[in-house]
Amino acid sequence: MNRREILIAGGGLAASLARRRVAFAAPASGPRFLLVFLRGGYDCANVVVPVSSPFYYEARPNIAIAKPVREDPATALALDADWALAPALRPTIGSLYTAGQAAFVPFAGTDDLSRSHFETQDSIELGQPLQGSRDFRSGFLARLNGVLGDGRPIAFTDALPLCLRGRVDVPNISLRNVGKPTFDDRQAHLLKSMFEGHHLEPAVADGLELRATVAREMDTEMQDANRGAVTTKGFELEAERVGRLMRDQYRIGFLDVGGWDTHVNEGGAQGALAANVESLGRGLHVFSQTLGAEWHNTVVVVLSEFGRTFHENGNRGTDHGHGSVHWVLGGSIAGGRMAGEQVRVARSTLLQDRDYPVLNDYRGVLGGLFRRLWGLSPAQLEQVFPGAPPLDLKLI
Amino acid sequence: MRAAPAFPRRFAGRCVSDAAVIVTCSVLAACATPPPGGSHPAAHPAAGSHRTADSGSLWLDRITFGIDSQSVAAYRRLGRAGFLDQQFDPDPHPLPPAIAGQIATLEVEHLDAAQELIAINEENKRINGLADPAAKQAARKSLNDRGNRLAYEAARRLLLEAVYSRDQLREQMVWFWLNHFSVFQGKANLRWLVADYEARAIRPRALGHFRDLVMATLAHPAMLQYLDNAQNAAGHVNENYARELMELHTLGVTGGYTQKDVQELARVLTGVGVAGGTPAHLKRELEGFYRRDGAMEFNPARHDFGAKTLLGVPITAQGYAEIEQAVDRLIATPACAQFVSRKLAMYFVADQPPEALIKRLATTFHRTDGDITAMLRELIRSPEFEASLGTKFRDPFHFVVGSIRLAYEGRPILNTHPVVNWLNGLGEPLFGHQTPEGYPLTESGWASSGQMSRRFEIARAIGSGSAGLFEPEDGVAKISAGFPRLSSRTYYEELEPRLSATTLAALDQATSQQEWNTLLLASPELNYR
Repeated sequence: MNRREILIAGGGLAASLARRRVAFAAPASGPRFLLVFLRGGYDCANVVVPVSSPFYYEARPNIAIAKPVREDPATALALDADWALAPALRPTIGSLYTAGQAAFVPFAGTDDLSRSHFETQDSIELGQPLQGSRDFRSGFLARLNGVLGDGRPIAFTDALPLCLRGRVDVPNISLRNVGKPTFDDRQAHLLKSMFEGHHLEPAVADGLELRATVAREMDTEMQDANRGAVTTKGFELEAERVGRLMRDQYRIGFLDVGGWDTHVNEGGAQGALAANVESLGRGLHVFSQTLGAEWHNTVVVVLSEFGRTFHENGNRGTDHGHGSVHWVLGGSIAGGRMAGEQVRVARSTLLQDRDYPVLNDYRGVLGGLFRRLWGLSPAQLEQVFPGAPPLDLKLI
Repeated sequence: MRAAPAFPRRFAGRCVSDAAVIVTCSVLAACATPPPGGSHPAAHPAAGSHRTADSGSLWLDRITFGIDSQSVAAYRRLGRAGFLDQQFDPDPHPLPPAIAGQIATLEVEHLDAAQELIAINEENKRINGLADPAAKQAARKSLNDRGNRLAYEAARRLLLEAVYSRDQLREQMVWFWLNHFSVFQGKANLRWLVADYEARAIRPRALGHFRDLVMATLAHPAMLQYLDNAQNAAGHVNENYARELMELHTLGVTGGYTQKDVQELARVLTGVGVAGGTPAHLKRELEGFYRRDGAMEFNPARHDFGAKTLLGVPITAQGYAEIEQAVDRLIATPACAQFVSRKLAMYFVADQPPEALIKRLATTFHRTDGDITAMLRELIRSPEFEASLGTKFRDPFHFVVGSIRLAYEGRPILNTHPVVNWLNGLGEPLFGHQTPEGYPLTESGWASSGQMSRRFEIARAIGSGSAGLFEPEDGVAKISAGFPRLSSRTYYEELEPRLSATTLAALDQATSQQEWNTLLLASPELNYR
């Protein structure tokens, strides 16, 4: 082990011990942040719909979502004079918006113009300047965790996402399918004991502990179900579990949702995209309810690597594009409005006659939120997003 | 020699006497090259006190997917040099008869990729013409099921060969090249093709010349479809494969090519596609350029015959010969020699391999025209290799295959579904990496907390014998397999001497053979090779 490895291992160990100490303490109130990454490039124009643009209806003869009709809950929900929310989100994210707990940032995203899923997902998760070489061991949520000391981060994913890779070990666990616990306390102790002093000790301890924690949460689930509570499933169930862990133990969370690469038969008010976004909306709504009072301390940002082509393609779908729409949700945000810089949606304002331009850099959007959530200094923000000034969208 | 823990003495029943252990240890020590003093990093800080002077079993653990009694016996019989020579000398029958018999019954063994593609196209046409929606749906499902079955068979065959083949180094290289020239079974018709890709494009060249691998993958329908070169034609250029051929297969992202080179190489590659049912109808002057090889077709009517420059030098050949010239030019660059050498050293030596070693390997690459066997010989006899033994983290494939080898000692698995599921669960499915860069070769990609706890669960499934590996896949006969006895002679002779005090203390506290097995497979030492 060289000096650098020892430093990394030492840092991870300290962080992990700190986490273990607080894990069983009474849940303290404090800011929480969940990043929801929609992998595949969700078609924002059919979710937050530019209904005042005649060009939208021209460009999408088969898949456009109709303008809102007042008093008809089956249609889109007007967000302001220009934008409306897809009907599939009306009961969930729509109700949060009406309550001032949701906002949308159109024309948001990254300068990365590769239009490659992998390239763009990586560059967003790393949050580093596009010029220069990338450090794949430094994601922006990991750097946020670093400037906070210990931000109690967790990834609700099978592998640790780039976003949370960094100097200290961050626990990860997918809550999609949670089986029965495999090891009892004695066995977990034996497993951990073998890694004492090893640089993987923090990862091993975190992994086993998290598994046990989730098993306890599952017990609660079972008891609730036995008392006749409505049982949730799919993404709603996953989001409920995420909500419990974020409420009780963790402060920075990462979750990803797939299935957005709608090249073919995307659908409009109904169809493939609508079904996926409906499930997402339900899950996030359940998440907000699960947090209880802590929802007022919580901010959720939903983003995707890029938007899609503004024109529908020959297969009633859309191809890889550029600018996207970020969602910002939270119990105490100044929501119920569209935020950030905008342009009129028209053929002349499209980038390369193809997709939305980016007017609100994702690092600026997130940095601005982090600054307000945790009161970060300019120097701290510079560590999280080097060279990317925060935007003040006045949401917090 | 440490006394055996109380538990395995009571239950294992296969303990050997200490005298036998001492004799064999000295045999192994005699074959070992002495490790260079001082500088080598220990895999486990607590393990230092138990590292023996003899690195034989650690060496064997790196050359193979993991030691078992048979590889240990061969090593003792042949010595280190002899063992290595045998690894480089292909055995026409490297599999035990029971495994060869299983593989012979697989459909993928008797499949021709070119014919298969034609059959799929015809079936798709027939299905599209069906009027009855129910019949259409049923036909689609049946076609789809077949694709899934063939892709599973490809994984099954590869797993069986990795676990049981005598030629372990070749098997490791088959996985390495499949990962280097990664394809994803979920795209297009690849489920029908991945078995052929592995067996015909990769396997025969795994220890051969690098150029042959590039040309074989370039011309295979799996790669042509996966990276869209099948759609690449004059006037409709698709850059996808051209970019990855340089970025991921030969030069590396910092290999000194430009966006213009990507465009030029894409033009060179226009017309290389997948053969349809009948050869293309061609103008007379183009007929001489037409080429067909298996399922690959070079259609000169789709090729851009205009002038091209690659890496600053004009392409002088015409037609398919342009492609050969371009590949030769890529491979002749110092960047390619470096890129391939670094990756090989990452796989076999360290996440951040020593630059001096990379330099020597690159020289060998140049001198031998990319001879992989020559590079491996150079690498394996290097002091850097010796110094790194036991410090390379096992990726999920190495962990799973190595654990099965150690636990089941050559006993033939009848059901590989659980193994395929473990690899899925650990995030490293065979033919399952969606993007073309392949799986990471470094510890950081595989050792997150969630991955470690899942790994322990798989250690338990293997250690407790509960996974159903020995129940036939047809589900007819239920065979009670029982659990493996990892406290075997191989354990006492080869593994115990290198376990740390903390690992040994945990093993001492196991309350059953199954638990002891689980702990051993989960131990830090068995997570490294």
